[in-house]
Amino acid sequence: MISKALARKRYRQLFLFTAPALAFFLIFAVFPLVGTIYISFFKESKFVGLANFVFLFTNEDASKRLLFAFLHNCEFFAIAASIQLPLALSMAALLTSGRVRRMTGFYRTLLFIPSTLSVVIVGFIWRLIISPLWGIIEYPLLGEKATALPTITLMSVWQYLGIPLVFLYSALISIPSNIIEAARVDGASDFRILWRIKIPLIAPQIGIITILTFIWTFNGFDIIYALNGGMPGPDFSTDVLGTLFYRTFFGWGADQGNQNMGAATATVIFFIILLGTAAYFALVQRRLKVSQL
Amino acid sequence: MSQLTGKIQNQSKNFLVHVSLIIFVFLAIGPIFVMIINSFKTMEGIFSGPLKIPNSETFSLDGFRRAIENGNFIRNYLNSTIVTVGSTLITVICSCLAAYGITEYTSKLSAMIAGFFTVGIMLPVTLGTVVILKMMVRFHLLNTHLSLILVYVGISVPLGVILMVTNFRTVSSDLKEAARIDGANEFKTFRIVLPLVMPGVAAVSAITMLPVWNDLWFPLILTTGPKTQTLTLGIQQFVGVHTSDWQALIASLVLGAIPLVLLFTLFSKQFIKGLSDGYSK
Repeated sequence: MISKALARKRYRQLFLFTAPALAFFLIFAVFPLVGTIYISFFKESKFVGLANFVFLFTNEDASKRLLFAFLHNCEFFAIAASIQLPLALSMAALLTSGRVRRMTGFYRTLLFIPSTLSVVIVGFIWRLIISPLWGIIEYPLLGEKATALPTITLMSVWQYLGIPLVFLYSALISIPSNIIEAARVDGASDFRILWRIKIPLIAPQIGIITILTFIWTFNGFDIIYALNGGMPGPDFSTDVLGTLFYRTFFGWGADQGNQNMGAATATVIFFIILLGTAAYFALVQRRLKVSQL
Repeated sequence: MSQLTGKIQNQSKNFLVHVSLIIFVFLAIGPIFVMIINSFKTMEGIFSGPLKIPNSETFSLDGFRRAIENGNFIRNYLNSTIVTVGSTLITVICSCLAAYGITEYTSKLSAMIAGFFTVGIMLPVTLGTVVILKMMVRFHLLNTHLSLILVYVGISVPLGVILMVTNFRTVSSDLKEAARIDGANEFKTFRIVLPLVMPGVAAVSAITMLPVWNDLWFPLILTTGPKTQTLTLGIQQFVGVHTSDWQALIASLVLGAIPLVLLFTLFSKQFIKGLSDGYSK
């Protein structure tokens, strides 16, 4: 009897303490996402089923834009992940190699500074540096269709490198030092310790940061908008799903915005992210956890 | 002899590690340095040699003066501060309360709530913008600081809760039991434990304020009015109008970056400790 009353009291306490956080999260994060999916089935408050999606995928112009934006996102993610992760991992490995000692904090702090800047600043700095008029390169990197997107991706890599760096750094310093010491006594080299012990131990964190990079790039908008506005040139070569969503929802220039089409676009993006994330967790992350043991 | 070569080998390895890190630091800081030196130059100084350090001829503080005199700059700065401090404060309070609840009253339900927040970290909330805008219009919150604060708290709270859970787990239960025996109620016990999780609070504050201060998306949608416009959006529009006053533009970019660069430099140690405490337990 007493234990039942106690259990009820504990549930009440749990509810009271978690209620504010749950309320904010449910009202301003979960509800808008669910609501967006819901209104993507409507056209001016009339239920139209999948008509908005059919339009997005079959209308010649709309489907072309959607496909191109998706491919640009894939390119953005491929470049970002293949450069950012190895670089961040090597920096974190250097910082935790035990060879830097008192300077660790100094280097780590400076390496993180670009991540504290806004995209507006990042875009501006790099546009100044690579400007064909007075910068270090004469080739118009941002003006040519072939180079514009990779250039913007590299700016983004430069800016956000600090995030995986700090994340992997804190994972690396949490490895118990006796494991490393034991390997060192056995005569293992620095590189071998990193490759055979440290990296396998932080594999789950490497996986998490990869999937977060995926989510952030497919949901990304800021750097493209900061550099090119809502009509990402040249000739849409830097248009990504985020800017496409913004344009469909708000309109740009002569194009009128439409909230139901905007919601439908957002829903498509959401399902792309959902599928990618689910596939990743089902296929990769589970195995990483096993190898950790 | 072999001991000596071993020592030399070891030191040359240390040297190589330092050299590679210095190269990385140069790549990270170099471009920022370029912006800072240009903020102290005259217009001719900027255009004749953007990569040159200001000398007695090209040195000028006019950019900063004009940036501050620009009608909206101070106003925007204040708006960003209100929104950032507000969202961070509410996020930290909600996260601490929730994390305490989850770690104190362990049950199937608490595990479910924790799992819910873990998934929430990955939720791309910007995709809900259509409905967020409708909500803000309905409640007449468009062009208010509150509209931004509410959304940012909703976005930041999941990561905050999960980080605080890992921090609260490091607190021994002895202290809490002692407090309860002394007759403290649950809320008081929570307040007694709170000082022990300060590194976590620092980490959550840092992670919350960073994207909030720099965000472009939600200010672009919820607070475009001049009275509530944030600094990041204000500067974006300054850049967007293709101004000829580059001096003021670069100066305002520098001024806008100062708060976060300063905070992250000063509290870098606490930030890392709060993040890594989670892994070690």
